[in-house]
Amino acid sequence: MDRRAGWRLWLPLGLMLLFLLLPFYWMVLTSLKDRTELLNTPNPWWVFHPSINSFVDLLTQTQYPRWFLNTLYVSVGATALSIVVSYCAAFAIVRLKFKGARALSTAIFFSYVVPPAILFIPLAEVLVKLGWFNHLWALIPIYATFLVPFCTWLLIGFLRSIPRELEEAALVDGASWPRIMIKVILPLSVPGLISATIFSFTLSWNEYLYALIYMFSSDNKTITVGLTTELMRGDVFQWGQLMAGSLLGTLPVVLVYFFFVEYYVAGMSGALKD
Amino acid sequence: MSDTTTPEARPEAARPSGSLLRRALDRPNVLGPLLAAPATLILLILLAYPLGLGLWLSLTNTVLGGTPSFVGLANYAQLFHDPTYLAAAGYSVLYTVCSEGLKLTFGLGLALLLNRQFKGYRAARAIMLLPWVAPTVLSALAWNWLLDPQFSALSWLLIKLGLIHSNIDFLGQPWPARISLIIVNMWRGVPYFAMGYLAGLTAIPQSLIEAAQIDGAGPWTIFRRITWPLLLPVTTILLSFSTIWTVTDFQLIWTMTRGGPLDSTQVFTTLAYQRAINGGALGQGAAIAISVIPIMLILAIVALRSTREGK
Repeated sequence: MDRRAGWRLWLPLGLMLLFLLLPFYWMVLTSLKDRTELLNTPNPWWVFHPSINSFVDLLTQTQYPRWFLNTLYVSVGATALSIVVSYCAAFAIVRLKFKGARALSTAIFFSYVVPPAILFIPLAEVLVKLGWFNHLWALIPIYATFLVPFCTWLLIGFLRSIPRELEEAALVDGASWPRIMIKVILPLSVPGLISATIFSFTLSWNEYLYALIYMFSSDNKTITVGLTTELMRGDVFQWGQLMAGSLLGTLPVVLVYFFFVEYYVAGMSGALKD
Repeated sequence: MSDTTTPEARPEAARPSGSLLRRALDRPNVLGPLLAAPATLILLILLAYPLGLGLWLSLTNTVLGGTPSFVGLANYAQLFHDPTYLAAAGYSVLYTVCSEGLKLTFGLGLALLLNRQFKGYRAARAIMLLPWVAPTVLSALAWNWLLDPQFSALSWLLIKLGLIHSNIDFLGQPWPARISLIIVNMWRGVPYFAMGYLAGLTAIPQSLIEAAQIDGAGPWTIFRRITWPLLLPVTTILLSFSTIWTVTDFQLIWTMTRGGPLDSTQVFTTLAYQRAINGGALGQGAAIAISVIPIMLILAIVALRSTREGK
């Protein structure tokens, strides 16, 4: 690449990446500032006296560790439930082609585009009737309402790409359908399952609306809800702690993402195709 | 896709023998519905039923703790004369149209930049996706502090550059708040478009571009005549999904402005939340939420069609 072409690439790309990374830089920077430096600094874009006080305060004086564990528990639970349920449904729809499979796949697509923002009011009524209000575990089946459509959709696309000859051969050999599902197709579905898993984990970890409404006691809050309801009270926002909490709350999904970046990208484009 | 064999088509002799249950489980028309049952049940109880209930609620005057009665379409009729609702609908549309336009433009630009072999491609792509991966509420908090009326680092920078004289109250004034939210929404959504377009660009055969170059076409002509038309299907998919999420966005707006100042950044979802959860008017809140469904339905059908065409 000659020099001019290099500039043409890196100047706009650099500016764009700078913009995309800005809030994360700001999170790190703010979390390392102590109270005086937050309010009084010769240059807000740098930290002159880094301190970990915000982190210490966050972890010792607030319920943050609890919220973190709550988020982890709900995310892992909702992901596990949704993956199992979705794999079964996707396998049934794509490989078994039972009566009504096509109608079901269309229904699942439509449920994928029903956003929480339309459901949260009546769902609250349902949860009250079921006695699930303010129970942390209840978020697991609730999150399944958006994870199952998404994962099933993604896995349908993935399972379609596995050649039929494989199971036809197994059928001729006398293997039963349950055996084919577990011994033949499941091992081949691992990449699709990994994509679905990291997406589910990320979506659950980032969820806000349902947890905000249905979990009201401090013990049952997740990171996003805890930070925005308990550290943003009154006029004085604890920005140091808020940013420390945001940073710690962002790290897990970012780490998962960096480990599985290729699966993430594959899942993202896979979810776009039927 | 050609399906010459159906799952039932196999030699009868090859079927496993055994107990009745075992044989039943081997029939696609038994095993299929059985496997699909858990997903169907979850979606029926926690999605389809609430959706129907929401429709019913919107036809009643239910308030928290009160006895509901059927009021027909009164809630919807009221919305048509409710200036706050109309303003929220207006801002929802503005917010969606502007941020979709920006996301599409910058996403496509980013994808075009990334669509060549250069050192650091993988790193740039990985970094690029971060806004989309990170929890929206948490990155919105960072934006909140970045746009603080008193301590905004952006205002500080603009003052130092001599572009403004005093701090901008980004989120405390109607128009600056509306624009700020659109920018932050764009910030979050650009990676999604860039990824989608990058996938679309790599699917364009290089030979097409080369043939055009031999014929003397410049980069702009190639983009207009070859690249863009071939990207149209991807564009429809990206736009329809992204619009669905943006019209019903809640997290970002609620974290940054809660619909304020003075309801100027209220959208469908935040208004529904305020009326139903803060105000206890469940019937009216449900009507506001349900009023989005026609838009969603159209978008969903477009999305479904375009994904099926891409097969």
